[in-house]
Amino acid sequence: MKDLLTLRVNGDTHEVAVPTHFTLLETLRYTIGLTGSKQGCDKGDCGACTVWLDGIPTLSCITPIYEALDREVRTVEGLVGLKGPTGEPHPLQDAFDLCGAAQCGFCTPGILMSAAALLEENTTPTRAEIQDALSGNLCRCTGYTKIIDAVEMAATRLRTAV
Amino acid sequence: MNPITRVPESPEVRESRDSSEGQDLRVIGQRMRKTDGLAKSTGRARYTDDIVLPGMLHGKILRSPHPHARIISIDTSRAEALDGVLGVVVGAEMTTPYGIIPWTPDEQALAVEKTRYIGDGVAAVAAVDEDTANRAIELIQVKYEILEPLLDPFEAARRTDVQIHAPKKSGHAPKERSSVGTEPKAKNGNISKIVKLDFGDIEGGIASADVVEEGDYFFEGTTHTPIEPHCAIGQWEEGGASVGRLTVWSSTQVPHYLHRELSKVLELDPARVRVIQPPVGGGFGGKSEPFDLEFCVAKLAMKTGRPVKILYTREEVFYSHRGRHPFHMHYRVGATADGKLTAVDARTLLDGGAYSSFGLVTTYYSGQLLTAPYRMPAFRFDSTRVFTNKPACGPKRGHGSVQPRFAFEVTLDKLAERLHLDPIELRRRNFVGEMTRTINEMRVTSNGFMECLDAVEASSDWKSKFRKLPFGRGVGVAGSCYISGTNYPIYPNKMPQSAIQLQVDRSGRVAIFTGASDIGQGSDSMVAYVVCEELGVPLDYVRVVASDTDMTPVDLGAYSSRVTFMLGNACIDAARKLKVMVQEAVAEEWEIPPKRVLLAGGRAFDGLDTGRQMHIAEAFNIAEAKYGTLGSVGSYNTPRDVHGEYRGGTIGASPAYSFTAHVAEVEVDPETGFVDVKTIWIAHDCGRALNPTIVEGQMEGSAYMGFGEALMEEHIFKDADHGRAGLHNAPSLLDYRIPTSVDTPELRSLIIESIDPEGPYGAKEAGEGPLHPSIPAIANAIYDAVGVRMDSLPFSAPRVWKALRNRNFEF
Repeated sequence: MKDLLTLRVNGDTHEVAVPTHFTLLETLRYTIGLTGSKQGCDKGDCGACTVWLDGIPTLSCITPIYEALDREVRTVEGLVGLKGPTGEPHPLQDAFDLCGAAQCGFCTPGILMSAAALLEENTTPTRAEIQDALSGNLCRCTGYTKIIDAVEMAATRLRTAV
Repeated sequence: MNPITRVPESPEVRESRDSSEGQDLRVIGQRMRKTDGLAKSTGRARYTDDIVLPGMLHGKILRSPHPHARIISIDTSRAEALDGVLGVVVGAEMTTPYGIIPWTPDEQALAVEKTRYIGDGVAAVAAVDEDTANRAIELIQVKYEILEPLLDPFEAARRTDVQIHAPKKSGHAPKERSSVGTEPKAKNGNISKIVKLDFGDIEGGIASADVVEEGDYFFEGTTHTPIEPHCAIGQWEEGGASVGRLTVWSSTQVPHYLHRELSKVLELDPARVRVIQPPVGGGFGGKSEPFDLEFCVAKLAMKTGRPVKILYTREEVFYSHRGRHPFHMHYRVGATADGKLTAVDARTLLDGGAYSSFGLVTTYYSGQLLTAPYRMPAFRFDSTRVFTNKPACGPKRGHGSVQPRFAFEVTLDKLAERLHLDPIELRRRNFVGEMTRTINEMRVTSNGFMECLDAVEASSDWKSKFRKLPFGRGVGVAGSCYISGTNYPIYPNKMPQSAIQLQVDRSGRVAIFTGASDIGQGSDSMVAYVVCEELGVPLDYVRVVASDTDMTPVDLGAYSSRVTFMLGNACIDAARKLKVMVQEAVAEEWEIPPKRVLLAGGRAFDGLDTGRQMHIAEAFNIAEAKYGTLGSVGSYNTPRDVHGEYRGGTIGASPAYSFTAHVAEVEVDPETGFVDVKTIWIAHDCGRALNPTIVEGQMEGSAYMGFGEALMEEHIFKDADHGRAGLHNAPSLLDYRIPTSVDTPELRSLIIESIDPEGPYGAKEAGEGPLHPSIPAIANAIYDAVGVRMDSLPFSAPRVWKALRNRNFEF
């Protein structure tokens, strides 16, 4: 059975027919076609599916789609242009490239959403604060070192840009 | 950013180096961006599960609930009758046995006669959506005759009344009583492989030793857990010019081997099979052989005429496994009073799980890769791999050599203590050297191990810490070596191991066609850097077309740390052929010798008059006018004489070896046994860092993975006393703990460059070697901290607490 739902994602309004048992992640990936958010476990364990619901990092794989109604959803695709002109990558996205923080890149979208939320609240995070903010996102490639470097670099660039 | 240490070049290395290597490098060695870095950080990169094809169906695989059972019958009629189900497949439709090692083909796409572990695939369905597919597999009725499962490897080695596989001739019937109790000449289908090799005079070496350290070690099994679950899509095209053509997209590390096995099992002409590997969300060895889903999507696509996708659940990823074998090891090592090794004697039982996988190689690697970086006058190993009714073990990062390295490096620590030697000094005294052969006849070229020891000793402030820190705090050291690719391919052939094709556009844009598999390690970026270096084009002029068997030349895959060394050399070969043409054409235009034409920074220059220059596109156009369409091919094959002249002497041979040393600093809570690893200093000889950022990423990721295995990871199964026998203990990312950002210690990368004479610009591997020492370094640090020896993994709080409680309080 499907419901016709209106969703706000990355500033766009989508009217979509969604199976009623779908999660937010399934809706994003398989109904709307925003495949940036990843499914690593489907149980809320790995964090690869992290998106923002009204600015708060949320595990979309364990969020029923009805939880997202009347709320602003933001995904990794919606970080582009958020801090600059249309199409410009978020300083975090650029820093991840510069620092080698994305190896296989599969955890990256979720990590970016957690890290970007941290930087919205805390413009001068310590390495320990960054580790805490990312503790719900598993990365199997990097050992986290380059990821933390990248978040520090982005924080510096965001501060100097203001 | 940490500095890079360059190893002083010896005359031997200099002499053997290709004379053309004297060039000034402009791109190689720089901290460049990756070609796919921004695609991954913006969510644009399309992994296999991100692909949706018109009319695509969803598949699911029904799996055995029994660890060991005979299949009596399978009734799929109710599933086929379910509305929305378009196809069902069972094992009887794909009976050709396969296996990644051509000598041990003991798997079938779906089980035909028997299931050998909980999770063995039995049947698969394709339906309009995932929910319908899930309902359909529940409607399939399988009648099983339940057989006794063997979960304990020692029991499996002894028992001939319960046989997991039918006994075969080769390797299954030991001539003499094996060290694990298999009766002589008793055909035992539970024995997967036996390897016994000895070099030098073992008993003489032990007899002449002043100290002999003997002990038992256990390495628990662990698994890869890439964050991307395995996924595959099959598409079948019928009619017209593409009559009977199969395409499979898969999150594989080995598109070429998958191509071969698909063709074999599905009985299709390989010219009609295409394998495409999209970006892969991590592998670590867990995607380096064919899996049931790839055969099932292909067969179901052929049966239904529609594209079919199967995505493993996380639970299925755990059951598909192919991870680190549990090793039961017994080591006996002798040394003289001044710390020189006299003999190394190793006996190992490998718990292989249900199928062979890479097990033949694992069994060899359990000994063959131990003979450097230390000189051993005598070495013997006796390894037996057995089948058990658990998911098959296979290659995980540091294939087959992480476990023996743990046992051996802890043994060295014990020897150093008995001899009152600093453990770093003991390792220095046994250095095998460069441009040499090991006791098992492997050729070693460049070797920066001594510089690795120097680097970790200095950076960790070792001398002021070792045996000097307060109780509860300690440091430990360990070393290792690893191959830069296997010298011989999995199936014997004389063709190149790696190849590149280059294509040039009139705009100056260069396309690189490569069969290599970028699984996050950066192979796409690596070939782009080589082309930028050689042809002088900027990075954004380079496009990499990778891992599509219809489009790209064969590369054997992302395993055994082979890609940078082999593909890098192939790319240099291709790029230099093109470079010569461009130089000659421009030289003719400028009426100067070709060697004066330099290609760099997007331009062609006159080396003696840099005012004379042109855009690189113009240089390419001049060359195209002179030679016709521009393009080139390059390939790499391994040197011939680098292995041992004995049966198995080619396994473990590599064109070059990397070397690593770690120091770990830990704090152990004596009340709880909790081990807090503070810092790991990682010094790694990667030959040359083609991009130091990527090399450091490999070093840190390796040390992280070793740290996780050391402290928390256990890929274990329930026995009948603790639930259902053969059931995975924790098949989720919550219960199978891997380190989070707050668990992971500070990781300090120290790059050592020994400039290998045969590596691309001197490079060797960096992706697997740096994992090895982290585990024994942590074990040795725990001893320094609280005086207990941890000879079994993992060093979890309950085990350390128990060891503390049981220890002799004389410390």
